[in-house]
Amino acid sequence: MILAKTGNEAMAYAMKQINPDVVAAYPITPSTEIVQIFSNYVHDGLVDTEFVAVESEHSAMAACIGSAASGCRTMTATASQGLALMHEMLFIAGGLRLPIVVPIASRSLSSPLNIHADHSDSLASRDSGWMQFFCETVEEGYDSLIMAVKMAEKCSLPAIVSIDGFILSHCMERIEALDEQKVRDWLGPYKPNWNLLDLDRPILVGPATLQDYYYEFKRSQIEGMRTALPKVQEVMADFEKTFGRGYGVLEEYRCEDAEAVALLMGSASGDMRQAVDRLREQGGKVGMVKLRVFRPLPHELLRKTLTRFKTVAVLDRADSVNSFVGPLYNEVAASLYGAENQPELLSYVFGLGGKEFSPDDAARILEGALAGRKDETVTYVGVR
Amino acid sequence: MADLKSWKELPCGAIIEDMKAVLDNKTGAWRSMRPVWSEEKCINCLVCWVYCPEASIKVEDGKMTGIDLDYCKGCGICAAVCPKKVHAIDMVKEEK
Repeated sequence: MILAKTGNEAMAYAMKQINPDVVAAYPITPSTEIVQIFSNYVHDGLVDTEFVAVESEHSAMAACIGSAASGCRTMTATASQGLALMHEMLFIAGGLRLPIVVPIASRSLSSPLNIHADHSDSLASRDSGWMQFFCETVEEGYDSLIMAVKMAEKCSLPAIVSIDGFILSHCMERIEALDEQKVRDWLGPYKPNWNLLDLDRPILVGPATLQDYYYEFKRSQIEGMRTALPKVQEVMADFEKTFGRGYGVLEEYRCEDAEAVALLMGSASGDMRQAVDRLREQGGKVGMVKLRVFRPLPHELLRKTLTRFKTVAVLDRADSVNSFVGPLYNEVAASLYGAENQPELLSYVFGLGGKEFSPDDAARILEGALAGRKDETVTYVGVR
Repeated sequence: MADLKSWKELPCGAIIEDMKAVLDNKTGAWRSMRPVWSEEKCINCLVCWVYCPEASIKVEDGKMTGIDLDYCKGCGICAAVCPKKVHAIDMVKEEK
């Protein structure tokens, strides 16, 4: 069925089709509508979900952890300051290996106050043990949220699915919605590894482990993320087989004989796509690599892919304020270190707080990448 | 230390299935305040049993029989939830 949906509407619609057991949520711009619309589905009896309206995002994630630990398929939605307020709880969900799934409408962090898109919120949570997926379009966000439920449960890892605030969350696009029953059948019932309320198998959840076991439990959690990538790919392949829409961990666009490519995540990939087309028309050997999965980081695939090119411009829609380069650049550089045929890596930060990023900006980056090395360590695109 | 498990042998999500480990850890040693229960005053409403976070309220056949001081950390929740008119639990300072 073809529908016109904003990103928030599509995420809420995906949640309706997923029909989670529990949603505990607190509103925040720009993701408010996701739970607002979903609460209407609850009110209208279109889902079987227990909806818990809590008093803060910290409580929302705490309620989600309690719910997931009790064997329930659990979701919430948030953004920016809300994700920041969940920060403490994100690590607990990660350590307990609870497959909670959260769509976020990515937004900058205060101060100064700003409600518009960048990736500061999710990237600040990168070490919390959550899978992270970034989307270019509304339909990709919708598909990714449905897939994330299966991935999270398969890997026993919580997952964040990011759509860029306002750019995707509030803009209407055409999506081909999937058949609801088919989605529910594809997901199947959630079979938790353990359940706090199972009286036949009493367990202790959230123990204190000191110098004797903490490190070992963390090592085990790290392995869970390290081994998640093939499972994530299996779910993507299964989704494609069932619904006919295929996604990779990363997408190459017109990269075949490219000399210079841009690597980025999120909605700006659309601008980059246009810029690649424009430069290709003029004979420029350029392409785009769109990274969809930031956690688990596909470092081997990045190495294999990026060593084919002479120059790679890495675009970060966030900055770690570390006076060096953006967070994505750091991880890409680490993935490439020691590889043969290392490409020249260029660092670009762009679009903080929703700053306009156009196909012209994208084209200038590609032209610069074709020309080779630049003087600045980092280029802050579009800053006055 | 030799019998400690490697990370590969640990359960996903750090759950503990071996309840013996829980029982062996006598958390009552952490206590600085001790609940003193009066059997005469107690009306067996068992509100303390519901609220005790350590399952330290001992109950047999629907009646309270005492407090398990091996695990009671002395948080005082039982005394706080005991109905005011009943006042069957007092918190007193632990002394050596």
